[in-house]
Amino acid sequence: MNTHPLTVDIHQDRGGPKQALLEVRELKKYFPVRSTGFAAAPKFVHAVDGVSFSVAKGQTLGIVGESGCGKSTTARLVAKLMAPDSGSMVFDGDGVDEFRGIALKDFRRNLQMVFQDSFASLNPRLTVAQTIAFGPQVHGMGAQEANQLARDLLARVGMEPDQFGARYPHELSGGQRQRVNIARALAFDPRLLILDEAVAALDKSVQAQVLNLLQELKSERQLTYLFISHDLHVVHYLSDQVMVMYLGQIVEIGPVERIYGHAVHPYTQALLSAVPSMDPAQRTLASPISGDPPNPIDPPAGCRFHDRCPKAQAVCKAQAPRLLSVAADAAHQVACHLNDPQSGHGAPASSATYAGLPLREVSA
Amino acid sequence: MSTPLVSIKDMGLRFTAKRTVSAVNQISLELAHGEVLGLLGESGSGKSATLRALLRLYPESRAKVSGQIRIDGQDVLSLKGRALEQYRGGTVSMVFQEPGLAFDPVYTIGQQIVQAIQAHAAVSQQDAAEQALAMLERVQIPQARRRFDAYPHELSGGMRQRAMIALALSCKPKLLLADEPTTALDATVQIQILLLLRELQKEMNMSVIFVTHDIGAAVEVADRIAVMYAGRIVEQGAVADIVHRPLHPYTAGLLASSVGAANKGQPLQAVPGSPPDMSNPPVGCAFAPRCSRASDICRTEAPPVEQLGGRSLACWFPLHSEPT
Repeated sequence: MNTHPLTVDIHQDRGGPKQALLEVRELKKYFPVRSTGFAAAPKFVHAVDGVSFSVAKGQTLGIVGESGCGKSTTARLVAKLMAPDSGSMVFDGDGVDEFRGIALKDFRRNLQMVFQDSFASLNPRLTVAQTIAFGPQVHGMGAQEANQLARDLLARVGMEPDQFGARYPHELSGGQRQRVNIARALAFDPRLLILDEAVAALDKSVQAQVLNLLQELKSERQLTYLFISHDLHVVHYLSDQVMVMYLGQIVEIGPVERIYGHAVHPYTQALLSAVPSMDPAQRTLASPISGDPPNPIDPPAGCRFHDRCPKAQAVCKAQAPRLLSVAADAAHQVACHLNDPQSGHGAPASSATYAGLPLREVSA
Repeated sequence: MSTPLVSIKDMGLRFTAKRTVSAVNQISLELAHGEVLGLLGESGSGKSATLRALLRLYPESRAKVSGQIRIDGQDVLSLKGRALEQYRGGTVSMVFQEPGLAFDPVYTIGQQIVQAIQAHAAVSQQDAAEQALAMLERVQIPQARRRFDAYPHELSGGMRQRAMIALALSCKPKLLLADEPTTALDATVQIQILLLLRELQKEMNMSVIFVTHDIGAAVEVADRIAVMYAGRIVEQGAVADIVHRPLHPYTAGLLASSVGAANKGQPLQAVPGSPPDMSNPPVGCAFAPRCSRASDICRTEAPPVEQLGGRSLACWFPLHSEPT
């Protein structure tokens, strides 16, 4: 794969193994909302509000959260599909789109994205092979070479090039279209792949096939994934690191086993116990939290989760918690007053019980 | 044994337009009073079409329903005019996947529930409004009096689905059809709605047919599960039997491809291929092209539905009840 002219120099590892592939610092994006009434103060949707994280080379960072928490906006900001209001990014040691940093064009070749809607993200007037060959041709690859690359990639994602190459997107099933999207993303030989709900629209049996393909491609091409999903099972399966978002902010981030085994933030605990039980003898008895996520136009003051949190105290309303490391593991960070001994929150942090309620039926 | 509330025999559904599609083929079901059936299947398997046919929502010119459907002693397929109107909403009611699309956007939630109540019973406007308000409180909508005068777009997704359930239950139906009621909702809201449905079902002793593609959601609410594939019910049985000892290879594949904590770090047991095109279904067993156990008979002849002590199964070579 490293023979064609595109992959010279811009794809090589510059920072060394210790350098994180992507570092994101204090990313912010507010969308203005049309105000109602005369002279009303302009309102903003706080879509992403000060998000910082880093992804190590060859790792998968899973981003979870409910709809409206800003996970897709984060992905679009990272892909530079929209400009952030503030914040910066460092890609393998070079500032993105900065003086002496990595140019935007080169950054985009290193980063590709797969979207949720497999049909809307393909051009209906191009055949599958043309779609995959399109990007490399724009970047100066010869037509014949690009076509050969498209055929190779189709074969790699499990679609026979002779059978499928000349088909149009509407002639394919959802799973096949998503394979084409993955093949197109791989055409630049990217180092970072952003998967925004890439398997959410697929049927369970097809979803498993695509997940397997993603796992194979990752180890084969040393890819780094940013995997966004609302499906906690899938994130658990695929991710090394997990980041939980709530109303535009990170509430908890850490290694996958820490998050799934020892979640500290009450929201993460609630989210994890809201997953339906797969065992009829252990049905869920009580809902971990009530209500819907609040409106991101007027996020609550202090901790944004305080009005749904069973452990909220006065300090939670008054002060926004800081993202701090958990004592047991420095890589595991939580933004909750329970984890901050200086916050003045009375109750001790616990990860096992949930407000004293048994959430599952005990099997007889 | 009392007579079942719902009894479906060899129901088929064909859409006839430019091309003919058999969406549902020869399905048979029985449902007792107060029983919850989970209808599980992937997109295009005919599960939603089955529900809509039960409510007679398809125009007769375009969709031919064959077979026999008896619900609460009525022959559903012969209902006409006033009787059909009473049947819809009065005997059988439905909760849709997209509550935002199922409500009329130009009437308030309260007006729509009042309208439904008055269409089915001779009650005064005031009594109907009181009943509607009680129903909204029953489905745990906070500040129900205020939401009564709210338009559908003013409510959040979870709240709209609660209002939808209130509307569906306002005329005390004996059977509730729930068509993926939690698919469009967030995880923390989904579990609230599932718990609410279970609670209301017990309290009103309704029967429920709960359509979903999410095994987890089906396990949470259902007593029995019927698995559909390409318009047929391939396996039916008690929840615990289906989940722990699936007999049909498709059910087993569906369970194995569900991602859990256990299979981290190893490839998933995926079912190869994709569901068949229903305008051109394969001869024989529809699952045969994707099945590892298929042999010649599977590709030439569709397996009959067999009864096996409380469960039913349509497969030539079922998996034996080895511990899975």
